[in-house]
Amino acid sequence: MNQQVLEVVKVGIADFNIAKHPQTIMTAGLGSCVGLILYDNFSDIAGLIHVMLPDSTMARNKSFKEGKFADTGIKALIEQLEFKGVRKSSLKAKMAGGAQMFNVKSENEMMKIGFRNVEAVRKQLKQYNIPIVAEDVGGNRGRTVEFMIDESLLKIRTIQEGVTYI
Amino acid sequence: MEGYFERIHLDVLKEIGNIGAGNAATALSSLINRTVQMTVPVVNIVSFDEMMMEVGGKDEVQAAVFVQATGDISGSMFFMVPPKEADLFTQMMIGEQSKTVSSGDELATSAFLELGNILTGSYLRALSDFTNLDVNQSVPHVAIDMVGAMLTQGLLEISVASDQAIMIETILHDIDGLDRELKGHFFLLPNPDAYATIFESLGVKPL
Repeated sequence: MNQQVLEVVKVGIADFNIAKHPQTIMTAGLGSCVGLILYDNFSDIAGLIHVMLPDSTMARNKSFKEGKFADTGIKALIEQLEFKGVRKSSLKAKMAGGAQMFNVKSENEMMKIGFRNVEAVRKQLKQYNIPIVAEDVGGNRGRTVEFMIDESLLKIRTIQEGVTYI
Repeated sequence: MEGYFERIHLDVLKEIGNIGAGNAATALSSLINRTVQMTVPVVNIVSFDEMMMEVGGKDEVQAAVFVQATGDISGSMFFMVPPKEADLFTQMMIGEQSKTVSSGDELATSAFLELGNILTGSYLRALSDFTNLDVNQSVPHVAIDMVGAMLTQGLLEISVASDQAIMIETILHDIDGLDRELKGHFFLLPNPDAYATIFESLGVKPL
């Protein structure tokens, strides 16, 4: 019997974490939120962040979960990966999410938050010089994502389309 | 957030859930011409993840109608049911077995949207009458998707101020003449600014 118990690291909303192969790392029910994977081709470690809002300047309190915002969250995740010995210069990214779940025609900027989250993540990655290898963003469907570290594959599940890999 | 709330504040919110859902139950009852029961509301101060667990987990599929409240009290409101139960509700409304919300039928979906619109509308109207505050309801929106993906939309305004939400949850159930249990969930998620307004208007000492 060569069966391993495959452990899945689950990342909550507005949170981030890292996993080491044979673990996989996943987050469920992404709507307007963005699930961003940071990984490289050399180590067996990857990080995932479940970004809820674009920028920490939106925060009305000084204390908040770093993972909630694209700017503070991506910075914190990179630091954690570096702490585990991953080189920042070798990092790559895959992302999914940023949907608009309800077809709201509103002046309220909060209703277009999916698009803004994606743009904010792109801006941060550009700043850190991290290339986006693959993405599945926008649309109006919820997504659950799981990253297989050894294959650098992101599994994306939606209700309508089923499972795809990027 | 929890520290700022005393027993009385939670009781007031519970009463809001009670009156709101009571009114919605009456509306549903006359819409489908059957008696409808409701549970005692539950008011929970929860993390976002805990909130999604309440409805069965973030990737549990539900049919939802989402409306925004604006005016003196702003916030988000959801009427959420499992897709198969949405089918039962709409079959009672349009009397057509073959058209279902879960299969994406347009007529059934728009009937479900209207159902959500009427129920959230009666809930919010009761809230407005009870507090004597102005509450307007946005155009309703419908989706059938993962709970986490949909509920997040109602948490955005809250999340700029807090990592926790106050969830006022009421369930309609025991609908007369049906051989199976039918449950509809109401979630009212007031924006952080709304609480002071609500408590002040009801003469409860401010936070």
